[in-house]
Amino acid sequence: MSEQIEMAKAAIEKNCRLNDIDVNLGQLQLSVDPANLIQVIDFVKNDPSCEFKQITDIAGVDFPENEKRFEVIYHFLSFGFNLRLRVKTQISEAESLPSITSIFPAANWFEREAFDMYGITFTDHPDLRRILTDYGFEGYPLRKDFPLTGNVEIRYEEIEKKIVYEPVKLQQDFRNFDIQSPWEGTKYLDKEAKESE
Amino acid sequence: MAINTNIEETSPELERLKKLYADKGFVVTSINNLINWARTGSLHWMTFGLACCAVEMMHVGTPRYDVERFGAAPRASPRHADVLIVAGTLTNKMAAALRKAYDQMPEPRYVISMGSCANGGGYYHYSYSVVRGCDRIIPVDVYVPGCPPTAEGLLYGLLQLQKKIRREGNIKR
Repeated sequence: MSEQIEMAKAAIEKNCRLNDIDVNLGQLQLSVDPANLIQVIDFVKNDPSCEFKQITDIAGVDFPENEKRFEVIYHFLSFGFNLRLRVKTQISEAESLPSITSIFPAANWFEREAFDMYGITFTDHPDLRRILTDYGFEGYPLRKDFPLTGNVEIRYEEIEKKIVYEPVKLQQDFRNFDIQSPWEGTKYLDKEAKESE
Repeated sequence: MAINTNIEETSPELERLKKLYADKGFVVTSINNLINWARTGSLHWMTFGLACCAVEMMHVGTPRYDVERFGAAPRASPRHADVLIVAGTLTNKMAAALRKAYDQMPEPRYVISMGSCANGGGYYHYSYSVVRGCDRIIPVDVYVPGCPPTAEGLLYGLLQLQKKIRREGNIKR
């Protein structure tokens, strides 16, 4: 299998404009600029030594502290060589990525999901609208600055006979129990044990 | 309604009739009792499986727990159903559909809320996309706790619903 990785790696290195290429735990990983994305993905799909013919997933990650806030990760699978590939690219909130639906039609819904959850836009996407969240949902729930409980909650209004949206009003705030594993014990007990010694 | 629904069930008149017909192959009872007997004995449920609770709901219908011996059978359409079992996490997007299904059910209709998520949001109580209890959308008769409740638990909930119908004992709901 490592021969095939080396072959694929050599072919990609030779023909693509990359920022970085790496083999991590037996898996190829590329870092590319958004401008070169289409060319790279087209190459890894059609090159006879790569054959990454299936797209597994498109993942988004939000790093609010970075200048280029979003990282988009494309996962591919090569049946022919039993290999997997990660392609990473970064964009800022104002930028948009080129859609790869022209190369992988299956990427359509993955891109819609990334748009739904992070607000990452894809140019030339045939139907870029929300896919999972509620109709008329506002905000992008997987961004780090999105509140956990969201902004609205719903209720059936008996008089109007319809479901109404209202601002969230919680009976009890979310509590983050900062307790360590019961098997390892808590920190204050360790301290007490040391003092008694 | 033309039928007197407030008849004294232990009236001497009725007792006399009961005695008269008891060993002649007839049963004398009030129309209330008859209707409630029929109602509790045919609680066809509308399957509203939303998550893992739905699997336990299926177990209730299969031979091991066999809820059909209580006269209840799953119906695919809300227009045939008597009881709506909300089995699983109700999300904001699904809420309108749930209400629609409930509105289509003929009276008398009952609702069983099954599992923590349907009861009060459960594990997803603080989520941005989950309704914190299906009783915010539709009125609930019986809450079955658990995550998920066992098939026996749901069966017990159904028996409690039968008990409730019998105790209410009125024709008009």
